[in-house]
Parts: sequence; structure tokens; C-alpha cells
Amino acid sequence: MVGLWIVVGIVALLVLWAVYAYNRLVTYRNRVDEGWSQIDVQLRRRYDLIPNLVETVKGYAAHEREVFEEVAQARAAAIGASGAAEQANAENAITSGLRKLLAVAENYPDLKASANFLALQEELTGTESKIAYARQYYNEQVRLLNTRIQSFPSSVLAGLFRFDRREFFDIEDAARGPVEVDLGSASTEA
Amino acid sequence: MREQIAANKRKTILLFVLAIAFTALIGYAIGYLFFAGGTAGVVIAVILAVVLSLSSYFAGDRLVLASTRAREVSAEEEPRLHNVVEGLAIAAGVPKPRVYVVPEQAPNAFATGRDPNHSSVAVTQGLLDIMNRVELEGVIGHEMSHVLDRDILVGTVVATVVGAAVLMSEFFMRSWFWSGGRMGGRRDSGGDAGIITLVLFAVGIVLLILAPLAGQLIKLSVSRNREYLADAQGVLLTRYPPGLISALEKIRDAPHAMKAANNATAHLWLDQPSRVPGDDTSRMERLFSTHPPIQERIDRLREM
Repeated sequence: MVGLWIVVGIVALLVLWAVYAYNRLVTYRNRVDEGWSQIDVQLRRRYDLIPNLVETVKGYAAHEREVFEEVAQARAAAIGASGAAEQANAENAITSGLRKLLAVAENYPDLKASANFLALQEELTGTESKIAYARQYYNEQVRLLNTRIQSFPSSVLAGLFRFDRREFFDIEDAARGPVEVDLGSASTEA
Repeated sequence: MREQIAANKRKTILLFVLAIAFTALIGYAIGYLFFAGGTAGVVIAVILAVVLSLSSYFAGDRLVLASTRAREVSAEEEPRLHNVVEGLAIAAGVPKPRVYVVPEQAPNAFATGRDPNHSSVAVTQGLLDIMNRVELEGVIGHEMSHVLDRDILVGTVVATVVGAAVLMSEFFMRSWFWSGGRMGGRRDSGGDAGIITLVLFAVGIVLLILAPLAGQLIKLSVSRNREYLADAQGVLLTRYPPGLISALEKIRDAPHAMKAANNATAHLWLDQPSRVPGDDTSRMERLFSTHPPIQERIDRLREM
């Protein structure tokens, strides 16, 4: 009789633990999804900014066609990309394209002084750093989820209920630094 | 971080309990001394204290913002500030706080609210004018840590409850002064007016004694350590210690004194609001000092 109760007690404890551990896994997975959608929002904002920026630079430097095309192509590739790794590659191409575009703008004092360009540049800088912060948050949450999925005993539940490990979102880490003097380096802040 | 949050919630509850118990005691004393029976006094005082506590919890942030004359700014007005705040909210995984600017030349900033879903960040105009983007990120990262740790809850409740005590003492003293002065000639005609004057006077005296104690209470409830903590945690968000270091250096070297500085809200600010430019060691300020010396904070950040 006592033995039966002990067994019942152990089973009850196991079930309680399983419910708790399962809910934890769901919480972690939701945070990863949330992090990803935040990255997505910011990337989309950057796609929306690019045509505006290109148009504005074109108004002052119409003959710099090469750069415009590079940025446009990178943007199209990024919009079509799927999966964290491919997306990250495409975003790196955009970042380097935009850097060239801003370097071009550097040669046109009128452009650099125009209110429209300055506003767009602030928006771009802001969006790039938001992408960086969103990526930072996402990768942190992925790390937490993956650790949980891999470590015993939650790994048993993760296998049972098909919690999959997630990919990190890697964009090349550009140097951060003071940006107030050099307009061209504004984009490197991401 | 979770322990921080739990500790801050405990502290807030303790503060409310203390405030209510204390007001009840005053109510009892007044009732007993002047109206021959303490019960009614206690009831009125408790109701008053509960209302005060509730409004401090739900509207404390608005009170604090109003007392510093902070103005909410739109993303169109201050795009850079908004972008930085939104970026760090993303990094911290919390909703974006509301953004305010305080019309003040001394560079400083604070955060207020009751939890990450109801939070506000305010910076002074002077801070906006002299900080570049990475420095601004350092400052906002520090404030975002206060939001995450619920330091804003304790800070706001302390500011409003203690601020209310200070305000009330002034109110009571002033109304005693005026009513006492004017009713001097008429006192014989109405005994009630005399009693009310006496009550106001007694309450005023009690609160007057309490006001300096309130400063000590602030010091007790908001440990100076949490500023170091918020510095470290903020840098964890921005991943760039030099940003905050250089921001703190600019604040250290700024020549302006804060006009809006007062003891009720001093602990909320990024750095101790200084009444005299460059003077952070005056006796009065050390007495009410809620922040560690700024140089010490810079040195600790450098070691990271």
C-alpha cells in the first residue's frame, strides 16, 4: 500500500515537472519568434527607406548609376531571401551598398546639407541600430532556447514535442564608435 | 535581475504600509488631542493615505514628469532621441517607453513609471544638445536598466509619497500662518476656528520635523549601489562602455546647475542634480546624496 502511494507520488511529481518544463520551453520559443518578428519589422523599414534615399541622392548625383544599381539589387535579393543565414548574407550586401551610397553623398555638399537627406540619414542610422539591437535580442533568446533544448532533462521533452534548435542571425559586426563628426561613418553604427 | 525586481516590489509594498501606518498615527494623535477620540481621526487618515498610495502607484509617473516640467515629444520633433529609445527597448525586449524632454540646460535624464509596460524616459534639453549618438545610447541604456529592474517603481513611489509629505507640511504651515494671522482678532467669537488653527499648526510642526527625515528615508530606500548596477546593465545592452563613459564625463564637466533640483526627485536622475555647477561635495548635497560620485562610476566602467 505504501509502495503504491510512493509510486503515485513520483508519477505526480514527474507530471508536474513536465508541465512546468514544457511551459518554459514554450515561453522561450515564443520569445525567439517575437525577436525574429522584431528583426523582420526593422529590416522591412530599411527596405522602405532605400528607394527614398536612392531617389534623394539621384537628385544631386544622377550619374553614380553603379551604386544605385548595387543597392537596388541587394534590396531585391534580401526581400526574396528565406532562412536566417541567407537573410543575413543579403542584409550584409545591403549594408555595404548603403555604405557606398553614403560615401558618394559625401562628395556633394548640397546633398549633405539638404534637410530631406539629413532626415533620411537619421532614419537609416536609427533603423540600422535597431536592426543591430533586434539581432542582439534575438540571438540571446536563441541561445537560451538552444541551451534548454540541449540540456538534460528538458532535452527529453524537447525531443518528444519537437522543439527544434534555431539558427543564430549573424550580420558582420561593424565597428561602433562616435559618429558625430564623419557623416560617412554614420551607417557603420549598425 | 529577477531578485532585483522582487526586492523592488517588496520595497514598494513596505513603503505603502509605512506611509499608511504613519498617517494613521498622526490621525489618531490629532483626533485624541483635539477632538476627544482617536477613531475618527484614524479612519480619515487611513482613507487619505490609501488614496495617496493608490494615486502614487497609478499616477506617480505623471506627477513626477509634471514636477520637472517635462514635455512629451513626438518622433518628428526628436527623431534621434526616439530612435535611440526604441532601439534600446528592442534590445531589452520591452515596449518602447514614452519620451519626454525637460527644458533644462544641465545634462541629465531619468526614467519613471510602474513597470515596463507603463514607463517613460525623460532627458534634459542640455543633454540632447551636447551628447552624440553613442553617448545618448549609453544614457538611455542606463535608464532602460532602471525600467527593467523596476527601480522606476520604487523611485516614483518614493518621490510622490515623500514629495506629498513635503508639500503637505508647506501647505499646513502656510495655512496656519495665514489663518492664524487673520483670525487673531476674531478668535474669541468662534472656538472652532481656534481649534482648527491649532490642528493645522500641530500637523505642520510634525511634518516640518519629518521633511528632513524624508530625505534620509529616500537615501535608505534607494541604494546608491543600484546606480552602479544600472551602469553595468546598461552597458550590457549597448555593448559599448565608452559611450556611457564619455556621457558621464560630459555630465561631470557641464557648467550648468539644475533648476528643477529638489529632494523629492533627486534620486530619480541619472546623476545627482547639482544646485551649484561643478560642486558635488557641498555639505547639503552630501547629506541628501543619492548617487555615488560620478568619477567613481566612470572608473568602474573603465575597469569593465
